[in-house]
Amino acid sequence: MTTLVRLRPTAPPKRPGRVAILGAPNSGKTTLFNALTGHRAKAGNYPGVTVDRREGDLQRRFGADDVRLIDLPGVYSLEPQSEDETVAVRVLEGGFGEPAPDGVVVVVDATTIERGLPLLAEAAALGLPVCVALTMIDELKARHGEIDPAELERELGVPVLGVVGNRGLGIDDLGALVTAPWDWAGSPSLSQGAEAKTPEDRFGWARAVLGACRRQAPEPNRWTRRLDRFLLHPVIGSAVFLTFVAFFFQAIFTWATPAMDLLSGLMDGLADQALATLPDTAATRLVADGVIRGVGAVIVFLPQIVLLFTVILFLEACGYMARAAFVVDRVMGWVGLEGRCFIALLSSYACAVPGIMATRTIPSPRDRLTTILVAPFATCSARLPVYLLLIAAFIPADPVLGPFTWQGLTLMGLYFLGTGAALLSAAVFKRGLLRGASLPFYLELPPYRLPRPSDIALGVWDRGKLFLRRAGTIILAVSVVLWFLLNLPRRPVDPELSVAENQRLVLEGSYAASAGRLLEPVFAPMDFDWRINVGLVASQAAREVMVATLAQIYAQEGQDEEGLGVLLSGSGEDGSAPLLSRASALALLVYFAFAMQCMSTLAVIRRETGGWRWPVFTFAYMNGLAWLSAWLTFILASAAGA
Amino acid sequence: MDRTLADVADASDGRLLEIAEVTGTGADSRRLREIGFCTGAPVRFIRRAPLGDPAMYELRGALLSLRRSEARRIRVHRAGA
Repeated sequence: MTTLVRLRPTAPPKRPGRVAILGAPNSGKTTLFNALTGHRAKAGNYPGVTVDRREGDLQRRFGADDVRLIDLPGVYSLEPQSEDETVAVRVLEGGFGEPAPDGVVVVVDATTIERGLPLLAEAAALGLPVCVALTMIDELKARHGEIDPAELERELGVPVLGVVGNRGLGIDDLGALVTAPWDWAGSPSLSQGAEAKTPEDRFGWARAVLGACRRQAPEPNRWTRRLDRFLLHPVIGSAVFLTFVAFFFQAIFTWATPAMDLLSGLMDGLADQALATLPDTAATRLVADGVIRGVGAVIVFLPQIVLLFTVILFLEACGYMARAAFVVDRVMGWVGLEGRCFIALLSSYACAVPGIMATRTIPSPRDRLTTILVAPFATCSARLPVYLLLIAAFIPADPVLGPFTWQGLTLMGLYFLGTGAALLSAAVFKRGLLRGASLPFYLELPPYRLPRPSDIALGVWDRGKLFLRRAGTIILAVSVVLWFLLNLPRRPVDPELSVAENQRLVLEGSYAASAGRLLEPVFAPMDFDWRINVGLVASQAAREVMVATLAQIYAQEGQDEEGLGVLLSGSGEDGSAPLLSRASALALLVYFAFAMQCMSTLAVIRRETGGWRWPVFTFAYMNGLAWLSAWLTFILASAAGA
Repeated sequence: MDRTLADVADASDGRLLEIAEVTGTGADSRRLREIGFCTGAPVRFIRRAPLGDPAMYELRGALLSLRRSEARRIRVHRAGA
């Protein structure tokens, strides 16, 4: 019988070594990768966070540049069924124009070690040098379990290290180990595993290996059982969830407002300062109105973005996301989708781009396409500034019950509206053009883990930076372009009129105004005027631009003292006419809930579906639905006297 | 002793069961076996989701959720019976 496992060390290659990190979903690969490389790739306590390969070196932590690590998506076996699994297998077999890795670190969760070893056998069968990183050994000990890595190492004949990735335990040893994969050798026992042909044989082999070691299996995770009894209870669980969500949306209004007012004052002060100190030229006004006020109107929502991501990252890290998928799986079943689609949808609440990438874990191509097409309905963080501006201006802050106000409830309603639209469209697609049976669905439910505050803080920091970078790039660019469109063509200054009146004339005759008026027939049914239309067109680039555009127009009309919201709703003391009626504002909210207004999302749909057909389709059906729903909302709200 | 075969979807208490076989062929049944639902493996019902489906099972120290349609493929009998 030929053995595929290398028993003798092989000679190191001339080029830098490449070592792949392989393991079951949620076994802790990315946490380990981050600990070794000093990267900050997103890790979470639910399966399927990593969907693509990712490379890093040991330069930052170990000063070693002769080895590159490849973090792979989680797999249960090397016979792939979904796209992310295919990526992992292709890397191991030497795909993507690169040679096969020089070694594979198989990551095994020490608390479920029996489930992790079969993958080791499969990796060994590829003929690559392997070693084992046993993760979560702290959790194993806490649950009174025991395994001796040295004993397992003797049994397997390849290096076995116990590590705790997020606390850096064992990372130095692992870092030293991965620099020389050609020194890892296999034992006859591992060869037996490598020769196993069926899952049954591999699990049998795993049991035999563990049987030869002194080992104490961990006790069931008591905390997880207790929390599940509570959080997955039909009545208590739903009540806890709804209360939590309602508190969160209320907090966005009540807690984040002081911080937002502070930022808002800062931005206005900065713009006024610029106008007061710099010479009164077009360039100064570009900086003050176009850049500071335009981009600033978006930046002021940073506190809310931070709050949103703190909650999302906490839920992801603690293990609740997989439970949420477990709870709503029945609903997904009615719609015709499976739980992994729900996880992808959940990611889309932060941003549809990673959400659409997360669909790579979905094995069925039809289910995957359906999820891609409906993911942009999930209320992404870019919608938040628009929602907050309009809600604060048009929805009364009257209390409804306890700490909850109409504003918080309206925001929650908009999130449910997006979710409902996603599910209903999915049902339509699955019954119509994408009909097909679902593949089996299984979902691993990780134990609850208390996230480390520093991990959450770092994640929120990264998302905050991303938000500011967006404001400093795409939103800045669109704001500057808009400033020109709002100020050109130039017209001679009429000395009879005041500066403000002259400005208003320029604005009324600007290219942007003409474009906005051109669109009036389209949006007249909702009673949107040209200013809103300009905002709608500009926000095709990115939704937040709506806020930046309106801020600019108002600054230019010389009405920036009272705040954007007051001007929109006409609640100012000077009695100026509102720009929007409440019915129009509600219509605008619904339009933003449904419309596809994001270039990055369209680009990622094109990439993931391999053509223009589906992004064009998504753009058309979502905007069509948005227009229809906005119109209906306007009619209903007008009839109700709003 | 009770050795009647049933599928794991019928389990409704926390008794330890043993997998007798995974029915069906092809990729679907292979994946169930790959994640550990193999003949001879002990499995335990933990709870049903609030809406009645799917259900959570304990298998080889991990918690896994299966829909009823998948659980029907997994034939079990009482462990030690």
